[in-house]
Amino acid sequence: MSTIVDAKGLSCPQPVLMTMNEIKKVKKGEIVILVDTDTSKENVSRAAMAQGWTVKGVEPEGTGYRISIAKD
Amino acid sequence: MPKYAQFFSTRWGIIGVGAFIGVFAQLLQKWGNPANMGICVACFERDMAGAMGLHRAAVVQYMRPEIIGFVIGSLIAAYAFKEFRSRAGSAPIVRFILGAFAMIGALVFLGCPWRAALRLAGGDWNAIFGLLGLIGGIWVGTLFLKGGYNLGRSQNTHASVGWLLPLTMLGFLILMLVFPQVQGQDKSGVLFYSLKGPGSMHAPLLVSLIMGLIIGFLAQRSRFCTMGAIRDIILFKQAHLLSGFIALVVAAFITNLILGQFNPGFAKQPVAHTMGLWNFGGMVLAGLAFCLAGGCPGRQLFLAGEGDGDSAVFVFGMIVGAGIAHNFGLASSPDGVGPYGIPAVIIGLLACLFIGFTMRKQVA
Repeated sequence: MSTIVDAKGLSCPQPVLMTMNEIKKVKKGEIVILVDTDTSKENVSRAAMAQGWTVKGVEPEGTGYRISIAKD
Repeated sequence: MPKYAQFFSTRWGIIGVGAFIGVFAQLLQKWGNPANMGICVACFERDMAGAMGLHRAAVVQYMRPEIIGFVIGSLIAAYAFKEFRSRAGSAPIVRFILGAFAMIGALVFLGCPWRAALRLAGGDWNAIFGLLGLIGGIWVGTLFLKGGYNLGRSQNTHASVGWLLPLTMLGFLILMLVFPQVQGQDKSGVLFYSLKGPGSMHAPLLVSLIMGLIIGFLAQRSRFCTMGAIRDIILFKQAHLLSGFIALVVAAFITNLILGQFNPGFAKQPVAHTMGLWNFGGMVLAGLAFCLAGGCPGRQLFLAGEGDGDSAVFVFGMIVGAGIAHNFGLASSPDGVGPYGIPAVIIGLLACLFIGFTMRKQVA
């Protein structure tokens, strides 16, 4: 079961900060991040990859995106 | 999205945009803009406040088309790439106050982060104190961010909310066309113009506007942000945005060498003073305010262009802050800090600390 980080409506750098905090907390597995701007989508994906996580999918959801990242 | 559209989110994309801004800022200076001020978001918004008579400092009055172009260029890019999203409601009053104090801090130093970089690239070593202050202010801001500081969520809203700042900027452009500058006159219709000083120095309107539109477009695509550049290094050790900021400095420096605009030294630098402590202190305030508001003054314009109503409020805060800065004697001049500049910086820092310490509630 993946954890969900809801960063919708939050401005820079909150989505990345919340993602990084979750990465530190769970260390591996799967995290789903909800964002609502393209900037946040790019920033979250870039930050996750820099931490050695893989971006498994980015799906449009509502007016934003649902980003799935994972690490074994 | 096609591959070329994603180029701007790559490392080379942000470097390219930073270099473009660096080169064309110096060319704008050659084409008429003030020295080491090819582009300065704070100075130019201050000039716009002067053009509207929000302050009456005679030497800094001009409705800068670059700023108008930044917002509208970003709007065009946002629509072209389906990224325009009207949103607002994330503590707008706080953003207004942060904008006003950011402007006051920037005017004590005499420049925004963009101009700090351009001043450095032009050999004005006073800018080093400003940049150190900027880093210091942002560092304090990152401590708040780590402690849970945030301004809460924005909400999606009517498209017209996101259109209001771009439309206001369009209105400013129309005012410039209806009331154009008249040689030797300090007023044309409702607009004030400078007869001397930095406000009298500007590239031709069309050139400024086109450059503003192109930079607005590119910066929206690449998310160029000078505050974010420093913040991301401190907070995440991520150099993505920083590579753009460094590219700006390097490109501006090389362009200055080619154009003969590089004059190293501390004394007698254009639109600058040599009070190191307050060059530093002014930018600590500006850097902290930008960090708490989530973007440098340029980025706030680009965000406002893509529909962010809270960034638009920050922009208005800066313009009103410029009026206050000059009316109250807070802004510096080449002679040094204004009569009330130092207490204003201290009050601004206290206001930012109040905001930073009290707005740490976890978001629902």
